[in-house]
Amino acid sequence: MANPLKPVDVVLVGFGWTGSILAEQLTQTGLQVLALERGKFRDTVPDFATTQIQDELRYAARDGLFQDTARDTLTFRNSVDQTALPMRHLGSFLPGVGVGGAGVHWNGQLWRFLPEDFVIRSHTEQRYGKGFIPADMTIQDWGITYAELEPHYDTFDYLCGISGAAGNIQGQIQPGGNPFEGPRRRGYPLPPLKRSYPTVLFDKAAKEIGFKPFPCPAANASAAYKNTLDVQMGPCTYCGYCEWFGCGNYSKASPQTTILPVLLERKNFSLRTQCDVTRINLDSTSKRATGVTYVDQQGRQFEQPASLVICCTFAQHNALLLLLSRIGQPYDPKTNTGVVGRNYAYQITSGVDVFLDEIMNPFMGAGALGQAIDEFNGDNFDHGPEGFIGGGYIALWTTGGRPILQHQLPADAPKWGAGWKKAMAENYLKSASIATHGSVMSYRDSYLDLDPTYRDVYGDPLLRLTFDFHPNEIKMSGFLTDKAALIAQAMKPRSFHAIPRIGHYSIVPYQTTHNTGGCAMGADPRTSVVNKYLQSWDVHNVFVMGSSVFPQNAGYNPTGTVAALAYWAADAIKNHYLRSPGPLVHM
Amino acid sequence: MPRRRLYKAQKPLAAVADLSEQSRPTGCDAQKPSGVKECASLSRRSLLNAALFLPAAPLLGCSSSRESNHSEGQEPPPVFAFFTPEERAFVEAATERLIPDEEDGLGARGAGVAVFIDRQLAGSYGRAEHWYMQGPWATGVPEQGYQLKLTPAALYQTATRNVNAWCQKNHGKDFAALPGAVQDDVLHGLESGDIELTDVPAKVFFTMLWNNTVEGFLADPMYGGNRNFAGWKLIGFPGPRYNYSSEIEQYGKPYTLPTVGILGRNGTLLRKG
Repeated sequence: MANPLKPVDVVLVGFGWTGSILAEQLTQTGLQVLALERGKFRDTVPDFATTQIQDELRYAARDGLFQDTARDTLTFRNSVDQTALPMRHLGSFLPGVGVGGAGVHWNGQLWRFLPEDFVIRSHTEQRYGKGFIPADMTIQDWGITYAELEPHYDTFDYLCGISGAAGNIQGQIQPGGNPFEGPRRRGYPLPPLKRSYPTVLFDKAAKEIGFKPFPCPAANASAAYKNTLDVQMGPCTYCGYCEWFGCGNYSKASPQTTILPVLLERKNFSLRTQCDVTRINLDSTSKRATGVTYVDQQGRQFEQPASLVICCTFAQHNALLLLLSRIGQPYDPKTNTGVVGRNYAYQITSGVDVFLDEIMNPFMGAGALGQAIDEFNGDNFDHGPEGFIGGGYIALWTTGGRPILQHQLPADAPKWGAGWKKAMAENYLKSASIATHGSVMSYRDSYLDLDPTYRDVYGDPLLRLTFDFHPNEIKMSGFLTDKAALIAQAMKPRSFHAIPRIGHYSIVPYQTTHNTGGCAMGADPRTSVVNKYLQSWDVHNVFVMGSSVFPQNAGYNPTGTVAALAYWAADAIKNHYLRSPGPLVHM
Repeated sequence: MPRRRLYKAQKPLAAVADLSEQSRPTGCDAQKPSGVKECASLSRRSLLNAALFLPAAPLLGCSSSRESNHSEGQEPPPVFAFFTPEERAFVEAATERLIPDEEDGLGARGAGVAVFIDRQLAGSYGRAEHWYMQGPWATGVPEQGYQLKLTPAALYQTATRNVNAWCQKNHGKDFAALPGAVQDDVLHGLESGDIELTDVPAKVFFTMLWNNTVEGFLADPMYGGNRNFAGWKLIGFPGPRYNYSSEIEQYGKPYTLPTVGILGRNGTLLRKG
């Protein structure tokens, strides 16, 4: 029997970006807020100090800051006719663990989704006809519009001190920015980062072709910045250790560098680390949550009563928690009924490696230092002749030149031996890589459920992921890769070669940590787990955050939308739910 | 032979040494050199390696100058924590073919790649401490990733035995004793899977060996490889420098400050703990 604890108003499961945002917003109202985090406490000092964090082996090759698969992993298969096997170590994606979550080790590439992304089904049907959407593609509108989210995107931009060039301010297209973006109320708080040489060459080449390149929006501060909570950030030094590392310089926006210095001082906030929440507890009606059960570092089980439970874990873990807690009907792909676990999606990436005559100094960079074009994202172009749905941006990022995992070699270079060594010596300083970052639609056969065989450290079932790339995505990614190769060629390199994404999805090579879905939001409880305010349709005092609520994935990095949705939900809780606890959307 | 003090960094390796003791038939007596009387797991193994192989690789070192008691101007010998003599000979020979030193000394031998791999296998990586290692075990498809019941340490042990058995059968010698060109053929056979090993998939082992070799060549030297920044100097990486604010816009210009590691400009210092 779990030990009962003193009740709190709000319990947050997980303490990364969304947990920090919710905690900061809800403590403003005077509520007692408790965050339970499965990982350790960590902060800029001492954990991310530059005297130790710039260690590629420990943090990148050995997964120093990520989820420990010995304790928690998932099983994976490409299709329902296979037996799912455990992801025994990390590969394709890198979920966070510990205070700050994946917000500690992201690159800081901060995008907004396009207005059309939020209404993708109705927009696609309207522009291309109903028959354009394949029968097994289960995309749906989000139940929310870009206009509703815009103020919250703005809040996060100014919390993080985003460096960038606006492309559309209140409908006015701005020179030098992304002309395809949705209208924003004002420009970015900081000017763009300095440009690395490869991004300059990309910019020139893209313009020669007729594209409209722009500096990628970056949560790496281009100058000193005091944010909206009066927290001071420092200018980025282009050290090249953002993604998979913490920032030792207070330059990359993370919960630690933007929110925690204020939040941790608030008397009505408390944080317990190394606490694994294993269940959300329900009352006898199963219509109301009474709190959560968690296990602490010593293996002791506690019951934490709370009036409001908010799931803020990494992406797919939210679906696991709901499935284990029997909240919402589990999705069944055979009958196409149920919702929890439905519409898992990902992103599809590819690249073009470019080898140049001049020295590029690839080790000088920042996680979100890049130049991009957006001509082929979302529905920014006519999909009619192409026969696929979705798109993505094409960017040349210079995130760093960390030698183990960030070196590129020409396609004809030997894989090892004296020839490999010669190619490394000749190419490391003179190479760059163009990336494509494509959307992935949701499908009837891409989903999450409970594994029938494998168990975690507590004896609970692991989550089972069933996912593969579909012809729509392979075609779209090939289209993007061809466009990227055009730009590569215009950079006048010694050589270049495309690395297209082909074949089945593999859990092995790192691709992206942009996992989405499993707790889709929407306007219809038959196809969504949460309503437009991220509130469970079934248990009104449970809310679900994060990219787990995306009904399908867009062609941008998700953090901006994840954060905007968190502010949007916080707003609904503060201004509507607290006044009259109950369903915020009535069917 | 004077007994050498173990470098402090190797303290946490006791658990693995215990594990490997249990799993090996060799035991204490089989390899005990004269002058080493105790049979304590870690220190015995390490001392043993150091003692047996002192003359073999005088250029490889893995302790700081403060810790060692060697004579002026001479590098201390490497202290191996995990490998048996057979494993060490195989890994040294194989990594030297994968990244040959050639004239410049900037290869796996000069970089101490085998020392690096030894230390990795003796630590949490070798034990698969952060991997999900619960059954049931099945082969699956390549897209499902690593599904062997073996930890990296156990995979090296098994594969080394298997590769040497294959080389004995086909060439009459252990891998390390074969000419370089033949060693290359064997490595190509492992890489492609054309050579079938008795107990483990050759391709899976080759992938791990190659990945660890690259890591040992290009990781911070505090882990025992990339000694004297051999790998970083070859490619032109200046190390984890902190601030490029004034250089990043000097397009096409070489970066000229000297190479540094996390422990500074001395590329032979090892991380403690």
